[in-house]
Amino acid sequence: MMSRKKRRLWIVIACGLGLSTAVALMLVAFRSSLSFFMSPQQVAARHPPAGRVFRLGGIVQANTVVMGTRDGAPYTTFRITDGRASIPVVYTGVLPGLFRQGQGVVTIGAMSRGDREFLASTVLAKHGADYMPRDVEMALRKAGKWNPKFGPPPNAGAWDDKSPAQIEASNNG
Amino acid sequence: MDRSPATDYAADAQAAMIAAPTSKSGAWLHRFANPGRFQRLVQPLIPWIGWAALIVCSVGLVWGFAFAPADWQQGIASRIMYVHVPAAWVAMNGYAALAICSLLSIVWRHPLADIAAKEMGPVGAGFTGLCLITGSLWGKPEWGTYWVWDARLTSVLILFFLYLGHMALIRAFDNPQHGYRAAAILGLVGAINLPIIVFSVYWWNSLHQGNSITLTGPSKIYVTMLYPLLISTLGFYLAFIAMSLARISSGIMENRARALLLARAERSGS
Repeated sequence: MMSRKKRRLWIVIACGLGLSTAVALMLVAFRSSLSFFMSPQQVAARHPPAGRVFRLGGIVQANTVVMGTRDGAPYTTFRITDGRASIPVVYTGVLPGLFRQGQGVVTIGAMSRGDREFLASTVLAKHGADYMPRDVEMALRKAGKWNPKFGPPPNAGAWDDKSPAQIEASNNG
Repeated sequence: MDRSPATDYAADAQAAMIAAPTSKSGAWLHRFANPGRFQRLVQPLIPWIGWAALIVCSVGLVWGFAFAPADWQQGIASRIMYVHVPAAWVAMNGYAALAICSLLSIVWRHPLADIAAKEMGPVGAGFTGLCLITGSLWGKPEWGTYWVWDARLTSVLILFFLYLGHMALIRAFDNPQHGYRAAAILGLVGAINLPIIVFSVYWWNSLHQGNSITLTGPSKIYVTMLYPLLISTLGFYLAFIAMSLARISSGIMENRARALLLARAERSGS
């Protein structure tokens, strides 16, 4: 005969297992709508119909940013890449301060007719998880270990506790 | 602390005997079930923890806001992390503590765990609100928006609502025991949200950044920014503990005062 405490404990464990399973199944089932944005590869594979609004996210591809003005409004074209596919984006409006080549972005908009380009109405900047002072960033650049133009910095273990001088000295080239 | 009549201690002792476990293995769990013993042990500690929290928070925040270097790309706005990140960690671990109290309440009917869950709720909700507000203020200059419905932000908003729901439910019944039982179930069910918050940035694409500090990998925050972050985190935890203990302590006294008033009313009624 189980004590009442033990029985309550087993009931809680059983309920916990059931609940976790249910939630896990639900999260897997709604996987696509829980993602905040689609990657260029997903867009290339699924071909969302022209005019259907969705979010496209990825890295601003290096050397693809062209800025100008059209009818007095700032106007930018660039490509968003995830390393596997790349989508051209057209955006009219003011860009967030963090926008640059190699930066993560999430854009809201729709594909133009004929799947040619993504017409963005909003551009949001997505920064990475790495935080460093400017002198450390400069040291990584000088050591040839990182160019922010091409994406996120190298493994944090290589720089997170080294002085800028040490990082520069560790030039592997 | 007002020294209550001897009858009150007798009642306490009786309550402790009722709550005492039949098996020896659970004895440690019930050592602190006696509210009188808890008060004697914890009350003198509260001012010490409170002052320590104030000092450690000040050191961490002044270091972070005045002396730590700014991030190379985010600039000065990144300093809000010295509030946002500790608040988020305390909010989540505060809920974990609340869930553990709920488990102690449901399985072992631990009387102190009920009071602890009741009193930790508002403190945790406060830290969650702080995390949401600072995150929103941080999002505007960096992302370009105060709010998006991505998985991380939404799951933390759910955490906030879980806290609010727990606070409301545990106080919603005339018989406090009913409130304790119902709120403990909510507290345990809500715990499923905690792993979702932590892993939301890996399981799904999100606008929120990934975790900078993990148990497995190196810290992605440079040391001169990491130290003040860890110090203010310690300060925030101390503040959570101090506020929770102070609330629990006054909650116990409230219950005792109510019991005394009830007893007096019964005596004068008969």
